[in-house]
Amino acid sequence: MTDHTASEMMIATSARELADARVVFVGIGLPNIACNLAQRTVAPQLELVYEAGVYGAQPSRLPLSIGDPCLVTGARSVVSMSQLFQYYLQGGLIDVGFLGAAQIDRYGNLNTTVIGPYQGPKVRLPGSGGACEIALLARKVLIIARLSRRTFVERLDFTTSPGHLSGGDSRSRLGDYGQGPTAVITDMGIFRFGDKTREMVLTSLHPGCSIEAVQEQVGWPLRVADDLAETEPPTPDQLRIMREELDPTGRYRK
Amino acid sequence: MSKVTTMKDAIAHLVRNGDSVAIEGFTHLICFAAGHEIIRQRKRDLTLCRLTPDLIYDQIIAAGCAKKLVFSYLGNPGVGSLHAVRRAVEKGIPAPLEVEEYSHFGMVGRLIAGAAKLPFYPVRTFAGSDLPSANPRIKQVPDPYAESQVYVVPPLNPDVAILQVQRADEQGNAHIWGLMGMQAEAAFAAQRVIIVAEEIVDEAVIRADPNRTVIPGLIVDAVVREPYGAHPSYSQGYYDRDTQFYLAWDAISRDHQALLAWLDEWVYGLSGRADYVEKMGAEVWDALQPGEAWSGQVNYGQYR
Repeated sequence: MTDHTASEMMIATSARELADARVVFVGIGLPNIACNLAQRTVAPQLELVYEAGVYGAQPSRLPLSIGDPCLVTGARSVVSMSQLFQYYLQGGLIDVGFLGAAQIDRYGNLNTTVIGPYQGPKVRLPGSGGACEIALLARKVLIIARLSRRTFVERLDFTTSPGHLSGGDSRSRLGDYGQGPTAVITDMGIFRFGDKTREMVLTSLHPGCSIEAVQEQVGWPLRVADDLAETEPPTPDQLRIMREELDPTGRYRK
Repeated sequence: MSKVTTMKDAIAHLVRNGDSVAIEGFTHLICFAAGHEIIRQRKRDLTLCRLTPDLIYDQIIAAGCAKKLVFSYLGNPGVGSLHAVRRAVEKGIPAPLEVEEYSHFGMVGRLIAGAAKLPFYPVRTFAGSDLPSANPRIKQVPDPYAESQVYVVPPLNPDVAILQVQRADEQGNAHIWGLMGMQAEAAFAAQRVIIVAEEIVDEAVIRADPNRTVIPGLIVDAVVREPYGAHPSYSQGYYDRDTQFYLAWDAISRDHQALLAWLDEWVYGLSGRADYVEKMGAEVWDALQPGEAWSGQVNYGQYR
């Protein structure tokens, strides 16, 4: 038995992925806690960038939205969104961008636009926001999502944000953009895009999870790494910071 | 001559049926007071433009004032869906809604082009995305300096931009601090500009800190004093974002009739923002009052 939730595992794992990063483009929800946790543990050098126009945020509370006033007070710089998107993101200053999605395919392409046809959708999702350009322009992208057959699908209804497109060198043929998704962090394990196919490969299982259980939630034949690892659980220190400092009400941890 | 007027008169004279309207402000400084006045005056056939439609366009669309939405992110930030917009798009309730969709950077580029009177704006996004096939106004053109293609977006020039600010003088020279979103670009891009200020201050206050003047009175048509005009959005240093309201809206907006009942109580049933502030009650405003964090001062110098 584990003494942490699946969400806490995702947050701690995401935070570890930021160990070498300098500048991270922070998304709302789990990425927000993960980035703040990373800054307090493995990556004290980390600069948090929020699309609302903040560089070097030091939030005093966990913001509900990415435009919260606590991101401004004490930040290194606050700029217009013109400057943020042109100079910081398009200018190539973002090391890591965090993205989630309603649908993901095996190449890490993401859909946050519609379920069903674009004209007359079954479900109208929020759309891109900054995701499309983060997916293209950040040096690398981390995807964070809970495993489910509704999310990990064979075919997207709409490609909002490009991952590795149809695999192989199809992304690099797009032009001079970032390298795309490097990892997918889920509640049961971690996937990477290590080989030439650029297809998702399960490289690490969280403690207590099985390959069969992961396959059950993925809508294509799963590829598993030969050297499949077991993910490190959150450390007591990480759990304390999450529970006592970052999310005392448990809104994102449960 | 002073441009100061009431919200009622500003909306009556400067927002016309069929107009494209941008009530801008990224999370911060979203002028709900103006949105409510638009609903009260039963404006029709508006094209609403905003990066993030937020609750204000959810309310205006539920009230039946809009025919089209131009946007890049359709959500209740940090909470979930905008249910009224979804009902309009998915089911045509209360009326079908045409959508024109970009990414944030696409909308940013459109407003920059609109403000700078450029024919289009190149952005290094959209490659590999289905967005250009969903929106034919996102086009590719040859890069005249290289053997490649570049995506471009058209300028956005709204008929009216409505911008909440912390303080402005009677001419509309406006100070903003905190998140600046696309407030300046929207103002420069629009044909008509309404500034809504928490405070009207003397010209000397503006001139004492000209780096903070984000919008010049030169392009402003009307100035409205409206304390708490952005609630449940916020005004940095004046009042906090009302997170509880954003969470509560999820339940209110799930049902069209419940949403209309909310509009009856909080919009149609009130004469303006002063009524709203009073009805909301001192307890709410006290809870949203931030502590103090003053900026340092800089010396602009006195030159002889």
